[in-house]
Amino acid sequence: MAFNLPTETAKGRIREVEIGAGEKARKVGGENCMPFYLWEGEMPNKPLVACEVLDEVGELPSALEKVLGDVKDDPVAWAKKAVEEWGADAIFLCLASTDPKGSNRPAEEAAETVMKVEEAVNVPLIVYGTEDLDKDAEIARVVATKAEGKNLVIGPAKEENHKKVGAPAIGYKHVVSAMTPIDVNLAKQLNILLTNLGMEPDKLIIDPTTGALGYGLEYTYSVMERLKIAALMQDDSMTQMPLLANIGLQAWKTKEAKSSIEDYPEWGDPEKRGIMWETLTAVALLMAGANILVLRHPESIRLVKQLITDLSA
Amino acid sequence: MGLSGLDIFKKLPKTNCKECGFPTCLAFAMKLAAGQAELEKCPYVSEEVKAELAEASAPPIRGVTVGVGDEAFKVGEELVLYRHEKTFFNPTVLGVLVSDDMDDAQVDQLLGQVKDCVHERVGVTLKVRAVAVKAASGDAAKFKALVEKVKGVSRPIILMAEDVELMKAGVEAAGDTRPLLYAATEANIDAMAALAQEKGLPLAVKAEDLDKLAELAQKLVDMGMKEVVLDPAPRKPGQTFKDLVAIRRAALNQKFAPFGFPTITFPCEETGDELYETALAGLYICKYGGIVILSHAEPWRMYPLLVLVLNIYTDPQRPMAVDSKFYEIGNPDENSPVLVTTNFSLTYFIVSGEIEGSKIPAWLGVVDCDGQSVLTAWAAGKFVPEVIAKFINTSGIAEKVKHRKLIIPGYVAQISGELEEELPDWEIIVGTREAADLPAFLRQFSTT
Repeated sequence: MAFNLPTETAKGRIREVEIGAGEKARKVGGENCMPFYLWEGEMPNKPLVACEVLDEVGELPSALEKVLGDVKDDPVAWAKKAVEEWGADAIFLCLASTDPKGSNRPAEEAAETVMKVEEAVNVPLIVYGTEDLDKDAEIARVVATKAEGKNLVIGPAKEENHKKVGAPAIGYKHVVSAMTPIDVNLAKQLNILLTNLGMEPDKLIIDPTTGALGYGLEYTYSVMERLKIAALMQDDSMTQMPLLANIGLQAWKTKEAKSSIEDYPEWGDPEKRGIMWETLTAVALLMAGANILVLRHPESIRLVKQLITDLSA
Repeated sequence: MGLSGLDIFKKLPKTNCKECGFPTCLAFAMKLAAGQAELEKCPYVSEEVKAELAEASAPPIRGVTVGVGDEAFKVGEELVLYRHEKTFFNPTVLGVLVSDDMDDAQVDQLLGQVKDCVHERVGVTLKVRAVAVKAASGDAAKFKALVEKVKGVSRPIILMAEDVELMKAGVEAAGDTRPLLYAATEANIDAMAALAQEKGLPLAVKAEDLDKLAELAQKLVDMGMKEVVLDPAPRKPGQTFKDLVAIRRAALNQKFAPFGFPTITFPCEETGDELYETALAGLYICKYGGIVILSHAEPWRMYPLLVLVLNIYTDPQRPMAVDSKFYEIGNPDENSPVLVTTNFSLTYFIVSGEIEGSKIPAWLGVVDCDGQSVLTAWAAGKFVPEVIAKFINTSGIAEKVKHRKLIIPGYVAQISGELEEELPDWEIIVGTREAADLPAFLRQFSTT
């Protein structure tokens, strides 16, 4: 008995966005099917697994301390290790030191780190502030200027500061990651605002805000799925940007990922538990349509990359 | 394809006798069309019409129940491809595999993991809900002994044997626990199906590719079997994923009867890497896995997987709520700060997580606001002074603390005056807008 595989053809396609410059350039997006539905469409660019590097870290959960201990105070060494040893496809550099509620380092200083990391690795670089509207705008201005021609991804641009983040990115030709609070219409709206400002639609990434496993994952999951369906099935151009999931930060913030075995003996091995908390958040969002997955633990990177390989086979 | 309610109505007696439990034949017909009623409920419809309507009125994916009593689980009855379209109904069941060629210590360890793996979250009990028992030794006595032992953990059992004689031994040992028989294959399907029908037990069917699986499942459908579980068994993750999507789509979009059943997958047989096995289980939870069988059930993997099932199967139209009461975060005493927020589970998790992270013990009061977040609940008149005051006055918190300072979320700063009027004994303190700023706030608060 021959079974006829039911197929659906998409009307639309995700925009192909190039990030990084020269030999470092990689493309994201470009697919015309739901994630890994390769029997009815194509995914010319596999999702990118980015490793998060911070320019300042506080206390780390023991599972991360164990693997990051020797590089955590040196973003350049950290980024190199992520690319060369762990196989990260991109570096997501979070300028944690600039947080006005924390060290409040000047944007110029952070931009120096950006340039050093950019030089040190041969993969694209995504640069994020700390979601402080004013400081992030300042960082965007300084980093965009300094890194002219590097085609970085700069973010997060929010509705409130999108002009200040978007303008320097347009001027110095970078990609912008536009962040909205888990809502399809707000994501579209911000893309419209940024394109009205003069941003090319294929210079935009959507960051729909990531909820970790147990902390709103289902909302992010459905918003990503709905954005992807709108992009592919309804050919809605303002939802056709690739999706970024900032997983490491959110997953490792949960007590389930970071607590010790002494505090929660019933949750078992803290190292594997933390890795799975991060990895399962990533697996779900990979299925929901994430094009860039930002992770912290090298094992999570390995597992998600292996899954991408198996699903592409 | 499905018939409309009116099509079905034409074939009913139109006597409005109400014996089906619905007020009119038309109402019954509508329910049948929606897959929310069984034709069996109508005592007067002819056998001929029954046969005609049976296919049209069956749910696109049938439900399969395994086990008995409180521990029984049901999989299937899914109606959508994407959870936001409605909801996913019957949560993926996670199980563990034990085999009769394992030594006692290994079996005891695995069964111990199953027993220990019980977690409470948002008022839901999460646990490993099935044990698959494999006849690997070929020795019926050994298989029976293992089944007997597994009955001790009182979880629904999946009997795994491809030899019908061995399966009979397993069924005998399982007694009245209503196991799932795994599996009918091309080689044994007639005998295995006969056994399942004789005993009235659900049966899994396994094949390497979807053509063969469709052929075998069609055979079971033709025999009138209603409780079938599908195992697309290429045991290669990429192919399993593709098969699961194809099965769900064929069932829902094409009403392809052989695939109108829940699925079972075995990530434990797809890799020897325990972490990757867990990641694959996560994949099958998201993409249409009904029963997912793992090699082990340590809490480091089962707890995150069970939370993933909870997340994916949450009804998107109904926010998850936690119980309205005072929660002790850390070990608060009579001097610890008192905070209130709403009972939206995400709000509770994030706020309690931040308080816990601050290492400052506190009393967190959760007000019943129908599971809405702070701003939404305030706008809807559910997180307002009268409601909060009533909660505080009936909660007994006044006996637990010596001070009278109540911290409210920064987003509802505007109600502080009115709340002070409602709670004259209390001083209302406006807290932070974002939970992330709570640790700093609490550190400052407790030193003043």
